[in-house]
Amino acid sequence: MQLDFTHHQSAHCENGVASNLLKDKGINISEPMVFGIGSGLFFVYLPFIKVNHAPVVSYRPLPGMIFNKLAKRLGIKIKRTKFSSEASANKALEENLKNNIPTGLQVGVYNLTYFPDEYRFHFNAHNLVVYGKNDNQYLISDPVMENVTTLTEEELNKVRFAKGAFAPRGQMYYPIHIPVEINFEKAIITAIKDTCRNMLAPIPIVGVKGIKFVSRQIRKWPIKHGNKKANHYLAQLVRMQEEIGTGGGGFRFIYAAFLQEASIRLKNEELRKLSLEMTEIGDLWRDFAVQASRVYKNRSAQNDVYNRLADHLLDIANREEVFFKKLKKAI
Amino acid sequence: MKKDEVPQDKSNLSSINMKELCYAVDENGNYTTALSEGWEPKTIALDNSMALISERIEEAKNQVLKGEASPIVYFMELHRMDEGILASYVGKWVWQVKRHFKPNVFKNLNEKVLQKYANAFGINVADLKNFKID
Repeated sequence: MQLDFTHHQSAHCENGVASNLLKDKGINISEPMVFGIGSGLFFVYLPFIKVNHAPVVSYRPLPGMIFNKLAKRLGIKIKRTKFSSEASANKALEENLKNNIPTGLQVGVYNLTYFPDEYRFHFNAHNLVVYGKNDNQYLISDPVMENVTTLTEEELNKVRFAKGAFAPRGQMYYPIHIPVEINFEKAIITAIKDTCRNMLAPIPIVGVKGIKFVSRQIRKWPIKHGNKKANHYLAQLVRMQEEIGTGGGGFRFIYAAFLQEASIRLKNEELRKLSLEMTEIGDLWRDFAVQASRVYKNRSAQNDVYNRLADHLLDIANREEVFFKKLKKAI
Repeated sequence: MKKDEVPQDKSNLSSINMKELCYAVDENGNYTTALSEGWEPKTIALDNSMALISERIEEAKNQVLKGEASPIVYFMELHRMDEGILASYVGKWVWQVKRHFKPNVFKNLNEKVLQKYANAFGINVADLKNFKID
């Protein structure tokens, strides 16, 4: 059994699933639009939580938030269900396929057999769509992959019931109500305001303040933790920024694409200029990754190298502060 | 990032013919997408993480062979887990898992608990008990 579902590749899994599921329902919405209206641009630094033996830095909000905010702002209703057992999770999925509903799933990455080994970590907030089943093979549309793929029932159970932080507990989701008319303009304005509020939040670990916090911490890393650990922390920071899913520059390029699209929708020329500026900021993030990679490649860890990186990050934070203040005014 | 600057560095993605989608600006200043085969700074960051994992596995192996740690530690590292992740896979508290790291405690674990660990690592109990490195 194979449902009529079109796979489009995207940079980020949650955007991609949201965009693909909505396109399937006849709403033509691009990945940047999903990301922008879902207020996907974010920054948070959690020094007290360690993942992969390094402090957590995230360039995105909590899993599920993008799609939830998007749905709320467009008036779409999504049904989300979690399960206590593999059997009931499987039954519900089969039921959905029988009813012709392509279904989004939250899964863990570690046991995804079609991922390269290097990308298989215990990260539980990946998303994909199941759009059919042939014999024992589920048909999978994983938005970060170029083409569709398959997983056996056993493999799918494993990733749906991965354990650890954000354990998916078999979670599946799909839109159940689409309004006749959608007010994109209003949604875009609400979303941009929300993003500006988050990025300029007066909380030390969030948004621009969070980036400045990381910048201060970087200076201390080699002294406090020694070269090896400092290098590892830095590598993790770059991975979070550039790993599959961010579209480069910690989502800045996707956001710039959103602003460009928004400028046409709202007929707001200022947003197009701001899109250019966001692209420049994205390029600065890329430069940061290049400089950081030189540090741990050469295993050099003189303090001034770390200080220079910290300066670079501080410069980015200052620019973003100016940027989001301007963006707030522009709408 | 300009479209013609989207990096095409050979990476671990190339080996399985996987390409990732990037957003970039075309010659008219409009956003478009382009596929990337990989980017060196990213590959270096990933290699750094992989090297650390290999080191941790090697260290765990030596500890187990010297009788300083139970085989659970080795398999935990091999599967890129930490105590918290492992604890949630076996349905134990972190302090219990850490206790099971001690060879003396591990020796007296019952079959049921061992089976939980074996399931988490995708091996059988015998492999967990009779630790061998091939």
